[in-house]
Amino acid sequence: MRLLCPICGERDRREFTYRGAAVAQPAPEASAAEWHAYVHLRDNPAGPLEEWWHHQQGCGAWVKLRRDTTTHQMLDPLAGQTPATTAGRT
Amino acid sequence: MVELREKSPCDGLLPLSIGALTVTELALGQVTSIAPYPGQLDQVRADMSETHGLRWPAANRSQSKQGVRLLWFGRDQALLIGQAADPKLAGHAALVDQSDGWACVALEGPGAEDVLARLCSIDLRPSVFKRGHSARCDLRHMMASVTRLGTQRFQIMVFRSMAQTLVHDLKTAMEAVAARG
Repeated sequence: MRLLCPICGERDRREFTYRGAAVAQPAPEASAAEWHAYVHLRDNPAGPLEEWWHHQQGCGAWVKLRRDTTTHQMLDPLAGQTPATTAGRT
Repeated sequence: MVELREKSPCDGLLPLSIGALTVTELALGQVTSIAPYPGQLDQVRADMSETHGLRWPAANRSQSKQGVRLLWFGRDQALLIGQAADPKLAGHAALVDQSDGWACVALEGPGAEDVLARLCSIDLRPSVFKRGHSARCDLRHMMASVTRLGTQRFQIMVFRSMAQTLVHDLKTAMEAVAARG
């Protein structure tokens, strides 16, 4: 699988570590049910999915990528753009 | 009194010569990582060209001038090699001395790309990866920096602690390439 890092360009999947689906974090005062959903529930779609990847072996940035989970094809190529989505997540 | 003797990262491991290819150690001298503070990249860019006469490198590129090299080294980060960083840069960027932190070797000879193709998962053909191009990439699971210095010459950097592994992996790949004739 090849991932398209918006900083480095197309790179092998081995250079990345995976965090998971890019799910919006609820507000701190959100209900327990909302936090439960954020922590535990995932849609697991067969198709487009937004995910966080850490380009650990490359530029070191956290990048949000859209991938078709059935074909591993990159969607919405971000090449050449500065990612606004690289806030440090651990 | 104990007498301390400086040892280079690849001391006792290099040079290495297999077939038409050679690996030699490169002495980097002073190495400083320069990471602009948030929003300060433009200022650092200006300071860099004023103090060192070097342009801030774009992603996957490097700049060099009179033996001093500025490598792109990750997101909003560059590595200044061969000259002490001007103190003026410290106003807008984090400067970290990494002089003893990296093992740096030069791989040279016809088919150097074939050797690296066995180790790195990026396209290093001359038509794609030209002189001065520089990538942070995976080299047999090590976080490496690979830069093309010439038509048949690459600079490879890994953490100092991985020097022996780097030489071992290069040797294995060089032997495999040489065996194909």
